[in-house]
Amino acid sequence: MYQKSKFPEPPTDDKRWHSVQVVMRKHGRSPHALIESLHAVQDAFGYLDRDALTYVARSLDVPLSKAYGVATFYQYFTLKPPGQHKCVVCTGTACYIKGMTELLDALKEKYGVNVEQTTEDGTLTLQSACCIGTCGLAPIATVDGEDLGKVSKEELLAKLEEVLHGHS
Amino acid sequence: MVTLEDLSDIRDRVQHELASHKHRIHVCVAAGCIASGSKDVLQAFRNEILSRQLTDKCIVKGVGCMGPCAGSPVIAIEPDGVMYCNVTVDDVPEIMNSLGKQPVARLQMNTDQPFFTRQKKIVLENSGKIDPDEIDDYIAAKGYHSLYKVLSSMSPVEVIAEVIKSGLRGRGGGGYPTGLKWTTVAKTGAQEKYIVCNADEGDPGAFMDRSVLESDPHRVLEGMAIAAYAVGADHGYIYIRAEYPLAYERLRKAIQQAEETTFLGRRIMGTTFNFHIELRLGAGAYVCGEETALIASIEGGRGTPQTTSSLPSRTRLVWENQLSLTTSRPLPTFPQFYATAGIGLRLSVPREAKAQRSSHLQATSRTSD
Repeated sequence: MYQKSKFPEPPTDDKRWHSVQVVMRKHGRSPHALIESLHAVQDAFGYLDRDALTYVARSLDVPLSKAYGVATFYQYFTLKPPGQHKCVVCTGTACYIKGMTELLDALKEKYGVNVEQTTEDGTLTLQSACCIGTCGLAPIATVDGEDLGKVSKEELLAKLEEVLHGHS
Repeated sequence: MVTLEDLSDIRDRVQHELASHKHRIHVCVAAGCIASGSKDVLQAFRNEILSRQLTDKCIVKGVGCMGPCAGSPVIAIEPDGVMYCNVTVDDVPEIMNSLGKQPVARLQMNTDQPFFTRQKKIVLENSGKIDPDEIDDYIAAKGYHSLYKVLSSMSPVEVIAEVIKSGLRGRGGGGYPTGLKWTTVAKTGAQEKYIVCNADEGDPGAFMDRSVLESDPHRVLEGMAIAAYAVGADHGYIYIRAEYPLAYERLRKAIQQAEETTFLGRRIMGTTFNFHIELRLGAGAYVCGEETALIASIEGGRGTPQTTSSLPSRTRLVWENQLSLTTSRPLPTFPQFYATAGIGLRLSVPREAKAQRSSHLQATSRTSD
């Protein structure tokens, strides 16, 4: 007969699983902690793969289908590994008016990526945000968490070059 | 047991410390200004004060949002009331030179414009004045005094009566009377009740909740504690969107500080009232601002809205096989918390200001009459 072990082992020996375990333990391994736990996995690894979903689902005693459902429902979670660097362009109303489409076009032209895509060499992921909440600084983009407010396409490309190749 | 004297002591200490400095430099550290580099400006001021050996005359503080975000980073010089906008690190020495003299005209913001003169801040009264990371600053601004008053001298019925009398309504669009909602929840005989604070602010271009969460997080906690006392809840959730990492971090810190000082947690202020607040982080789903979807998301599921046949405050959820009652969005937006947190104490608004406010805010201010 199949018996579920009480606390499943993490899929790998990676130390980053420790932070995930801490979060799950903090919430008493309750099924309600599913989103918090997935946040922990994504913070540690950058994305959610099948092994991670299976591990979290088994630890919290929820069906894998539910974990998958939650992971695909929320825009924040991603199932694909991200590139080394991340560029987020805000596509909210204010940024749209201030010309964010030009930024996206320029990025596509230079790096060949659309929104939610990663460059072939895996160095850059382009994402969009519905609104990052600083409409006074529209159009805004973030590169690896650093905000670039009132940014022109030249400034954005220069910043990306600096990040990707270490020079401006 | 926390007494009113303890709160007054903290207030006196902070105010004395502030008064002992001739110049107070307030640097905005809310999201808009941080994005424009206000943290570097803050550090530059600190370095400048140290290098000029002015630590006994000048104090520099990170404060919440002051309002004119398009001019970020914004700084204010108190007590002169001078505001500067678009300040860069290079401007710092010039501003330091001008302290106590003529302000730097090139950076100065005109505070005599309608945005400032015709605005009466009620919910955001502390925003831009106190350091959101310091509980003492909030106490110095009369924070947690209302909670003390409610716990020490009012019964839950009296608290609700006060809210009904104020005429306070929901700010989510429906305008549901808060007093009625609280009465409904208080009368329900459920064993466990929850206060759920909806901080999943998703409307494009609207950041009133974020301003408050980032600039004055303790105010939200105090309001929730009062609501919990009134309806008999002992557990609360704040559901906050993942796009507001700064607000999340400040709330987390605020909850920790409040628990250390017994303003939250078990036996609040030495009474028998317990109230725990847990933070729940959203994951980028706009629909989770809807109350049934929000509850589903707090429970760790997909944020799918459900049809309800009755008011959300009567929605029954099966939570760990226990029938529990959830007060979802008892206070659809934060302003209510404040008006509530201000019962009898905070809402002493000058008469001339009352005339300028909208009709339902006027109704709120009746509590102070």
